[in-house]
Amino acid sequence: MSAMTTTFYVASLVALVATALAIAQKNVVHGLLYLIVSLLAVALALFALGAPFVAALEVIVYAGAIMVLFVFVIMLLNRGPQTVAEERSWLTPRMWVGPIVLTIVLAAELVYTVTRTGGPAAGAAIVDARQVGTALFDVRYAIGVELASMLLLAGLVGAYHLGRRGTRRM
Amino acid sequence: MDGVPMSNGLIVAGLLFSLGLIGVLVRRNVIFILLSIEVMLNAAGLAFVVAGSRWGQADGQIVFLFILAMAAAEVAVGLALVLRLNDGLGTLDADAASALRG
Repeated sequence: MSAMTTTFYVASLVALVATALAIAQKNVVHGLLYLIVSLLAVALALFALGAPFVAALEVIVYAGAIMVLFVFVIMLLNRGPQTVAEERSWLTPRMWVGPIVLTIVLAAELVYTVTRTGGPAAGAAIVDARQVGTALFDVRYAIGVELASMLLLAGLVGAYHLGRRGTRRM
Repeated sequence: MDGVPMSNGLIVAGLLFSLGLIGVLVRRNVIFILLSIEVMLNAAGLAFVVAGSRWGQADGQIVFLFILAMAAAEVAVGLALVLRLNDGLGTLDADAASALRG
């Protein structure tokens, strides 16, 4: 079994464990912590599958942007002076143990993969960012790209309208 | 791919999707439901990338990009709805919003 295959299986295991723990948490912040670990693990699995561009996007967009949105909303939901105490009770040191252990497994795996195989070139079929870019902006996907841009615009307008102070009443 | 058989990659994606589906069905907190939907979309994207790498084509990754854009738009609107739900009903319980009054 090559190093990349081992990487894929260990990362998948970490992703499954982290996801199961994420949906089983009582507290939203704890669930978010585990979900971030799960997304990072899926990113490593994508990297091992020979998709480094998508793996980077998974970290940037999913674990970065989308999780930041969740954190913003959780912060917006809890106004008032009890917020600080709540936050302290959410992030107790015991709570950090699970995500930290899973993340250490992921980090060790990443270091092992990179040092052992010298990067993603060890996998058989690497589809790099250049190939993805040329195929994406090919004529075949022109409608898809335009529709995605329209969908993002609709999402932007919709989120702005729903979140505006003046219209917020039910 | 020399290493990972396609079936194993699809099994992982399927298990992740099932975990997300369980989350949607079991949890009643709206934010947890949105998190579980993210897990399901992510699993679907993983399945596409597995299939794309099976034939060494870029198309799987392109569909993953589309799923990524869709997930970003979905979560923005969904979280705005969560804010409205919290303002209007003062709770995050999905069952509390079953009345559909305007």
